[in-house]
Amino acid sequence: MSYKMHLLVCGGTGCHASDSDILLETLREEIKANGLENDVQALVTGCFGFCEKGPIVKVYPDNVFYIEVKPEDAKEIVAEHLVKGRRIERLLYEEPTLEVKLAEHKEMPFYKKQLRIALRNCGFIDPENINEYFANDGYQALGKAVTQMTPRDVIDSVKESGLRGRGGGGFPTGMKWDFATKYDADQKYVVCNADEGDPGAFMDRSILEGDPHSVLEAMAIAGYAIGASHGYIYIRAEYPLAIERLKIAIAQAKETGMLGEDIFGSGFNFDIELKLGAGAFVCGEETALIHSIEGKRGEPTTKPPFPAESGVWGKPTIVNNVETLANIPVIINRGSDWFAKIGTEKSKGTKVFALAGKINNVGLVEVPMGITLREIIYEIGGGIKNGKKFKAVQTGGPSGGCISDQFLDTPIDYDSLIQIGSMMGSGGMIVLDEDDCMVNIAKFYLEFTVEESCGKCTPCRVGNKRLLEILEKITEGKGTPEDLKMLEELGSAIKDTSLCGLGQTAPNPVLSTLKYFRHEYEAHVNEKKCPSGVCQNLLSYEIIPDKCVGCTACARVCPVNCIEGAPKKVHVIDQSKCIKCGACYEACKFDAIKKG
Amino acid sequence: MKMIKLTIDNQVIEVEKGTTVLEAARQAGIEIPTLCHDPRLESSLGGACRMCLVEVQGARTLSPSCTMPATEGMVVSTRSERVVQGRKVVLDLIWSRHPHDCLTCSAAGNCKLQDYSFEYGVKGSRFENPEEPEFPLDHSNKFYYYDRNKCILCGKCVRVCNELQQTHAIGMSERGFDTHVSPPFEDPLAQSKCVSCGNCVSVCPVGALVPRRTDRFRYWEVRKVRTTCSFCGVGCQMELLIKGDKIVEVAPYAGESNNNMLCVKGKFGYKFVNHEDRLKTPLIKRNGTFEEATWEEALDLVVDKLKKTKEEYGPDAVAGFSSARCTNEENYLFQKLLRAVVGTNNVDHCARLCHASTVAGLATTLGSGAMTNSNLEALKSDLILVSGSNTTESHPVIGAHIQQAKEKGAKLIVAEPREIELAKEADIFLQIKPGTNVAFFNGMMHVIIKEGLQDKEYIAARTENYEELEKIMEAYTPAKVAEICGINEDDLVKAARMYGEADRAAIYYSMGVTQHSTGTQGVMSVSNLALLCGNIGKEGAGVNPLRGQNNVQGACDMGALPGDYPGYQKVFDPKAQEKFEKAWGAKLSDKAGLTLTEVLNGLDDGSLKMLYVMGENPVVSDPDTKHVEEALRKADFIVVQDIFMSETAEFADVVLPAASFAEKDGTFTNTERRVQRVRKAIEPIGSSKPDWMILSDIMNRMGYEANYKNPGEIMDEIASVTPQYGGISFDRIEEEGLQWPCPTKDHPGTKVLHTESMSRGKGLFKPADYIESAETTDKDYPYIMTTGRILYHYHTRTMTKRVKGIDIMFPESYIEINPVTASRLELKDGDKVKVGSRRGEIVTTAKVTDKVDEDVVFMPFHFYENGANTLTQAALDPIAKIPELKVSAVRLEKA
Repeated sequence: MSYKMHLLVCGGTGCHASDSDILLETLREEIKANGLENDVQALVTGCFGFCEKGPIVKVYPDNVFYIEVKPEDAKEIVAEHLVKGRRIERLLYEEPTLEVKLAEHKEMPFYKKQLRIALRNCGFIDPENINEYFANDGYQALGKAVTQMTPRDVIDSVKESGLRGRGGGGFPTGMKWDFATKYDADQKYVVCNADEGDPGAFMDRSILEGDPHSVLEAMAIAGYAIGASHGYIYIRAEYPLAIERLKIAIAQAKETGMLGEDIFGSGFNFDIELKLGAGAFVCGEETALIHSIEGKRGEPTTKPPFPAESGVWGKPTIVNNVETLANIPVIINRGSDWFAKIGTEKSKGTKVFALAGKINNVGLVEVPMGITLREIIYEIGGGIKNGKKFKAVQTGGPSGGCISDQFLDTPIDYDSLIQIGSMMGSGGMIVLDEDDCMVNIAKFYLEFTVEESCGKCTPCRVGNKRLLEILEKITEGKGTPEDLKMLEELGSAIKDTSLCGLGQTAPNPVLSTLKYFRHEYEAHVNEKKCPSGVCQNLLSYEIIPDKCVGCTACARVCPVNCIEGAPKKVHVIDQSKCIKCGACYEACKFDAIKKG
Repeated sequence: MKMIKLTIDNQVIEVEKGTTVLEAARQAGIEIPTLCHDPRLESSLGGACRMCLVEVQGARTLSPSCTMPATEGMVVSTRSERVVQGRKVVLDLIWSRHPHDCLTCSAAGNCKLQDYSFEYGVKGSRFENPEEPEFPLDHSNKFYYYDRNKCILCGKCVRVCNELQQTHAIGMSERGFDTHVSPPFEDPLAQSKCVSCGNCVSVCPVGALVPRRTDRFRYWEVRKVRTTCSFCGVGCQMELLIKGDKIVEVAPYAGESNNNMLCVKGKFGYKFVNHEDRLKTPLIKRNGTFEEATWEEALDLVVDKLKKTKEEYGPDAVAGFSSARCTNEENYLFQKLLRAVVGTNNVDHCARLCHASTVAGLATTLGSGAMTNSNLEALKSDLILVSGSNTTESHPVIGAHIQQAKEKGAKLIVAEPREIELAKEADIFLQIKPGTNVAFFNGMMHVIIKEGLQDKEYIAARTENYEELEKIMEAYTPAKVAEICGINEDDLVKAARMYGEADRAAIYYSMGVTQHSTGTQGVMSVSNLALLCGNIGKEGAGVNPLRGQNNVQGACDMGALPGDYPGYQKVFDPKAQEKFEKAWGAKLSDKAGLTLTEVLNGLDDGSLKMLYVMGENPVVSDPDTKHVEEALRKADFIVVQDIFMSETAEFADVVLPAASFAEKDGTFTNTERRVQRVRKAIEPIGSSKPDWMILSDIMNRMGYEANYKNPGEIMDEIASVTPQYGGISFDRIEEEGLQWPCPTKDHPGTKVLHTESMSRGKGLFKPADYIESAETTDKDYPYIMTTGRILYHYHTRTMTKRVKGIDIMFPESYIEINPVTASRLELKDGDKVKVGSRRGEIVTTAKVTDKVDEDVVFMPFHFYENGANTLTQAALDPIAKIPELKVSAVRLEKA
């Protein structure tokens, strides 16, 4: 059956959480009610990336991009757009600076600077239908690899492309594959690391939900290259939608002969098994992940031996991240030269970032390596929310660091980010504005790593806890100048002595904020003040008598009844009872409450 | 082996490829501190404590030397400022959550944290958090306790329990700062799978796992004496920690026989040595009661009786039971006393009850009746077949190594009447009926022959009588064997294929094979199977009879057997007789003596008058207790030489107090034929004396000169007459024992027997038809009772019942009954049950478990009161004269 029109409804997690599944159902009902079921098909698709404005519905072939669509808008979309061919202006994106409505996504600043390779099919195809993947070059790369290329050709091609691991480490992918060929074994394994754990990062999830076949295809190619016939996808159980779509995809790939035995008649066999993780962050570390697959405690072990020598069940294993794998079919199809032209000298291709925090366009963006932070934050991201002042951007998740405004114009790639005290990580990018306290941010990340430490090695288990306790002391106003020295000494010792990447990088958020925002720490320690007004113990709220009109609004919202004063008389906060919740400050319409 | 060069602290070092930086440094005499390292553990899983960090040129961070393989050209610094700073921070962090109670901590002086803090000048922590909670102690285990507050989470206890001991009782619970060592579900240790081996306690670098102590001591007050464990035949090496004249603790020692491991008995069972019940003076029975006597009086009486009996009734009216618990030197003297001084070959010992059939069977088929391979070779096996051995309980350290082998990928087949621990892990478990071993092995061989899996080249080159084997095996079809053994036919076929296809297949067996009226045939069937597939004379393979007692191998080697001089030289061989007459300067009898069971019959019928028992307890260990007691009552005169007033000693006329293993020098020969040193650690208790001194004394008083200054001299004499021990002397085995045969002073000892050819030349196939047990079930006695050991007790319990923790856990006899049988008899777990056989009746406690089949019951044999041996019978194997302890028909009734 051929349809004249398609409605693509975003089925990514963000839109899904905003009822896009109900929206899809409603659209289908409306289409049927209008007798259009033979002409128009409403389909679910993967993440468009523009999560800030979801749920998103895209109309093909008209190329109209509707944002913030609610189930109740379905009737109008069908009646107006589908039946009468009239675009619904109110559902179009409005360019904030020019104040014009834009129908096509290509025109939107959010998309203009993006180059979607890993996300190529997300928001474009139905992830639950292998035929749509086929229609977009799907499994051509696998066919080409197993019928026209030798395993060595495949490895060389990946090597020449310059692709580096997108999970955070940035290790050259081709080299990793090559290592695994150096060890003889009766069985080898390809593992897809889908244990995405950085707070705020969701690119792997989106790829698995929006384009699962790209990962399966890449794993099969990797298997062919290193001589493995079995693959594992280690995915956290908190990703039910991704798991569901992977199951469907694996089943379809097996049915169509893309997985299983004698793929493309080449004699090459490859099978994929899902392994569900329980959501421990440390299981994103490859040795811990391997132990978890084996049913053991998810604890890292020292490398060497690297997994390429001794991985799953002691056999040579390569572990690649989802986004890394999603690049592979394109590299095989379009050639390593094409890929190597994108990006910087040492970091090729694109990187997907998850934009979050105090930024206008929260969402998933894929940009060429070498783009500046300014371009990402201000052009694609639409700048800081509510016109506030940019303070820093945190990249690399809990292992990364905070980058101050002095580096906004640095072209970013793996190496430049490390140089400025942070790292690429898996691509989380959290924008902080003037209201964020950097000590508190460091504490937030450290709380995360302390919680997620496996507890095996002493520095990470005890050291990071102690580091956190010092930060807590500082944010409670009990810090001393010696504490700052201690943070540095202990932080660098933990980095130098910990067993795995988690421990070795856990102090980064502390050390980088201490380096670029030391004045904030000093304010906490020396003046017992939190300049951003975040750390509750260092806050005080005071009513400015001159401004107070005695409206009683503050007293009414105070949850502990610590504000006294008769109507139309100046009010007073009882500092001994105040819990510094800030409700009065929010309630006052006369700017009569001073926060300090 | 490929060698590589690296530089450590400016020193160029050459090591084998695969060596870790830590090992390389240690080889060069450079010490690197470690808290979590143990060379026995998989190095790649280590690296937790971070004390062993070193600076490797070019590496981003400090590297753990314990896991880092040394590579060509590597440049390492173990003491740079950066390294020292890293270690200091690690110690500081550990200290920040460790109690500062070194003044009163029982680990003080034996604590690595203390040592390293001293070395690195860490005086305390800058990071303490006074608000951290204090955790309660886990006191539930009877032998040790766990103090979580002191645990530094090095993880060694967990890894030893899981990787080495394979008990899997403890693991790491929770994560991050909350990580702690715990049994599953945070249960108390006593409720876990813990077998109290104490290997975790031995490796704990601090005071978190501590033995329960009755004696207070500080580690700097004790001296250490290395010796050999006096319990089972594994021959574990250990150190006794002595304060004053008391053993206060035992630590494992890294000997070849035990890989630094011990079991609950070795680690915690030492308390019998200083127990108040020890015999301290000679006793003479007057008017039915024992009275204390001087050595002079007691020995005069013994010598007088010996002389008179000999004069009056001839030398063959005297018999002696030598001891598998005593040293080689003492066994040698004992049989020498009887042979050369008294003039009789009536000497035997309890090997008659355990491996007489092995000695007879394997001597026939291979020429040597001992374990062909070595204790730790299990780790080199591709397949292990365990039959008639509850290895994890009876030979715990070997059991653990079998489990390690299984975990490393070896296949495991278990053929046993009970679902023992190993059965749960086995690839194939065949729950055979007691007494059907011959049928089972025949069935295995039938399938192997039918499927052509036998090693034809090996058979042609190294064996004889194969045709007869083929002929007899023909009838043992899987269907028939499955029927006899009560097993699944397919499982048998699978097991046979698995064994037949394995390259290195080892068979481990023990009394489940030997203690039958067809025991010798059972042993020869084991040998047949191994020969059939070319598994004799190969590392990681072989037939491995596990010897039960610390020196049962040695007692046999020393000729404590009625037909054998030392080294299995036959008393009826004129050449041997001549040799020993010359060596000992005495006329010897050419008539083989009586076996243990025959001696009891001899006492019973009056043909024997006097019995000399050294360190044996036949009243408990021998079948048909009533008969044993009656026989002993009839003896004219009984001498018992022991460390405790045993059940047998109660029948004695004279009791001589002997010194325990901790109070004398000597050697034990363990199950793998390794002759190992026993060392005097304390003075004999009271006026007790080492057995060798007592025996020398008696010989001298009998007018036969015996002037040994020390047991070393006795060993020199042994070496001069025993070819297998020819090269053994105390000097040579000072550090590590030697495995016999060791014929000359420059011979390195023999790990694997029969490598080039069998001891007898060619391996002899001795096929046998299956014969039913002497006693089978009928309507009066409808259940088969089988007996065996339990982990915690040893032999007749003379030692282990004096270890408090063990006695609390297993104070009395019990019987294992299948739930179906129990329900039929309306028995609940813990109920009293009356068990009767044609020999007697007892009342014991029912333990309802599906470890046993419906028609089989099991009793541990350790107990005298309501003991299993009241029920067993002395039906003998015609060749080895071993009684059929493993099969008795019994009836059960609720008491």
